[in-house]
Amino acid sequence: MPFACIYIPNFPVVAALRATPELQTRPVAILEGKPPLEKILAVNEEARRLNITPGMTKTQAELCAELALRPCSALQESSAHAALLDCAQSFSPCVEDSACDTVILDLAGMESLFGSLPEISRAILDRATALGLAANLAAASNPDAAQVAARGFPGITVIPAGKEAEKLGSLPVEVLFNDRIEGEEKKIAGQILETLDRWGIRNLRALAALPEVSLSERLGQQGLRLQKLARGRAARTLVPAEAPFVFEEAIELEHPVVLLEPLAFLLNRLLEQLCTRLGSRALATQELRLTMELSNLTGIDDECENAGIPSESDQAMWEKPSSAGNGVLLSPARQTQFTRRLSLPLPMLDAKVFLKLLQLDLNAHPPGAPIVKIHLSAEPARPRSTQGGLFLPPSPEPEKLELTLARIAGMVGEHKVGALELLDTHHPEGFRMRRFVAEVAHRVPQKKAPDSEINSAVTALRRFRPPLRATVTLENGQPVRLICRKNDVQGEVLWKAGPWRFSGDWWEREAWSRDEWDLALRDGDAVSFYRLVHDLLGGVWFLEGTYD
Amino acid sequence: MASSGISALDALTGGLPRGCLTEICGPASSGRTTVLLAALAAATNRREFCVVVDASDALDPHSAATAGVELDRLLWVRCGEGASKSHTTEAGITSQSAFPFDRVKLRFSEYRLEQVLRATDLLLESGGFGLIVLDLADLPIQAARRIPLTTWFRFRRAVENKPTILLAIEQYPIAGSCSSLLLQLGAPDHARKEIEPTHADLLTGSKITAELIRSRLERKPARSVSFASKTAWAG
Repeated sequence: MPFACIYIPNFPVVAALRATPELQTRPVAILEGKPPLEKILAVNEEARRLNITPGMTKTQAELCAELALRPCSALQESSAHAALLDCAQSFSPCVEDSACDTVILDLAGMESLFGSLPEISRAILDRATALGLAANLAAASNPDAAQVAARGFPGITVIPAGKEAEKLGSLPVEVLFNDRIEGEEKKIAGQILETLDRWGIRNLRALAALPEVSLSERLGQQGLRLQKLARGRAARTLVPAEAPFVFEEAIELEHPVVLLEPLAFLLNRLLEQLCTRLGSRALATQELRLTMELSNLTGIDDECENAGIPSESDQAMWEKPSSAGNGVLLSPARQTQFTRRLSLPLPMLDAKVFLKLLQLDLNAHPPGAPIVKIHLSAEPARPRSTQGGLFLPPSPEPEKLELTLARIAGMVGEHKVGALELLDTHHPEGFRMRRFVAEVAHRVPQKKAPDSEINSAVTALRRFRPPLRATVTLENGQPVRLICRKNDVQGEVLWKAGPWRFSGDWWEREAWSRDEWDLALRDGDAVSFYRLVHDLLGGVWFLEGTYD
Repeated sequence: MASSGISALDALTGGLPRGCLTEICGPASSGRTTVLLAALAAATNRREFCVVVDASDALDPHSAATAGVELDRLLWVRCGEGASKSHTTEAGITSQSAFPFDRVKLRFSEYRLEQVLRATDLLLESGGFGLIVLDLADLPIQAARRIPLTTWFRFRRAVENKPTILLAIEQYPIAGSCSSLLLQLGAPDHARKEIEPTHADLLTGSKITAELIRSRLERKPARSVSFASKTAWAG
């Protein structure tokens, strides 16, 4: 039964580089601790070649001009770890979460799906690379051998069954310990390594060759355990992890972002990572949540001026307060968090569409202050499945439609575009706008009306919104003359019908009561029909619409 | 071709042509909105999705439902949001129009017109709709005539070879030769009524006259047709 281990060397560096891939080719070091006592936690290979090593102080590291220093980010490490789990889960349902930088998969039964062991290993590593994780992968017949091999050998390593000791023999004894251990565990590991070094035991072959009894007398059960690992004979069952169903990506910024364009660039990166992770689990999303931490600015901030706060001509993301006349941000940002929620009508998985929708939303609702941290999460959903048909009528593509509706809403207003829903009320404007979705449950087709009914159409009303105030002359309580200045509608009432009395919501604050008339007014040679309304509560006359 | 929802109109024109621009013109109370809702009802009953780009925000949902429109399949774009703001800030700007009318009214109409044209462009680009309606019926004629012919040409090209019907409702024809079908609806013949209609008959028994002005498609021998319209409560 084969197992595979995915191990990410220099995990803090990889987590940081996931968020800033433009630093891949540069020497990078991650700092930990509080200033001024910051020390280097991890470095990449390029930095190691420049003799930058973990444990150096920040001051020492800053002597190297090419080195990019980044703070340790728990948020980014958490995202990287989640991506690692997603990668493993996309291949095997049985995954052990050994450490933040290590996962072990059970590959039993995978050959029929993915091919031979080398092919499975290549596929896993390719998926990890696509998620921005520079990892090592090792496959062996037991989990611990795979883990030791992944820590020791770069790239892909496949150990045939029975050859574990032979393959692992050349590795240094340090690979038996996780380099992320802390506290008492680290102290004990240090003591054991020191002891082995004094004995001249430098590799696993030498450790495996030691007599067991003597080893247990000097190092106890811990020593025996390490010897079993060195021989590749440790046998245990995996402890599968319940994969968290959380899809989040985050990035902390060195300098606050003030323009929409660089923000879009960062959002695009986060969205692509999110979509890749969702796609690897065969999921889509129906809701995106964008939370941004804003920087606190008060008054005219010198730091902002030095950072080149753009003038009004640039695409600044905050609204200029009406009292400001020089384009400089004056209003203090009281809120430190800015959240936008993007709800989609259907599950989707297209990073470009999500980016455009977020851009349109941020254009309409700017954050109001520079941004220092971005957190993006997606609510997973089952992908939609639609059955196409040759004879089905055309329907809009959901992704294109969503973008189109967002653009139109930006022009006419959010509540001015959508589908209609009639409310259960007699109020004349008893309807509301709701989201338009291009997927409707098929209804049973109505019975065909007889020919006589098809030949006559239903007279429609065209409404005036808002209704037009009218001055009405009455005779015996009947309207005989009407003047409405707004639309130049005026004249003698030719014919009339009514009144019909309507009222409702008398138990609510917005009670209404009205008399309706249908009127015919002469308009040159033609006759136009209008609906005239007398608001009984306000005593005002309105022209509500025209019959057309 | 697709049915307009009124058999008399279908007999006159052969239906509404797909992939073409159709204009339906007429004065107030000539039956334009009635024909519009009948076309929407026919399209939604064919399980097509429809759009109304409403320049004047004049659509009555209850009339639409009564006419048989499936509201779930209808996208309504209500133009004119924020127009009052532009009205107050731009009131001092001199209009460049030579027409002797209220400058502020023109600015308001131009704002709506801009929204209508941009929304139509976006919807045509998005595609997938069976019927797209531009409701310009209440737009002042001076404003509607400011739509350049190139815009109509662009709309026609956008809808060509697609199964979408593009329908424009106006007071007067404004698309020129870009429309493949032009129908003129006549004023109701109530003016010729010699006997004053009774209270109950005011909106019943009306006849809508439709005249085929231009058709680039199948030629029909009949040039005009009349059909009845009545309100939902007329029975």
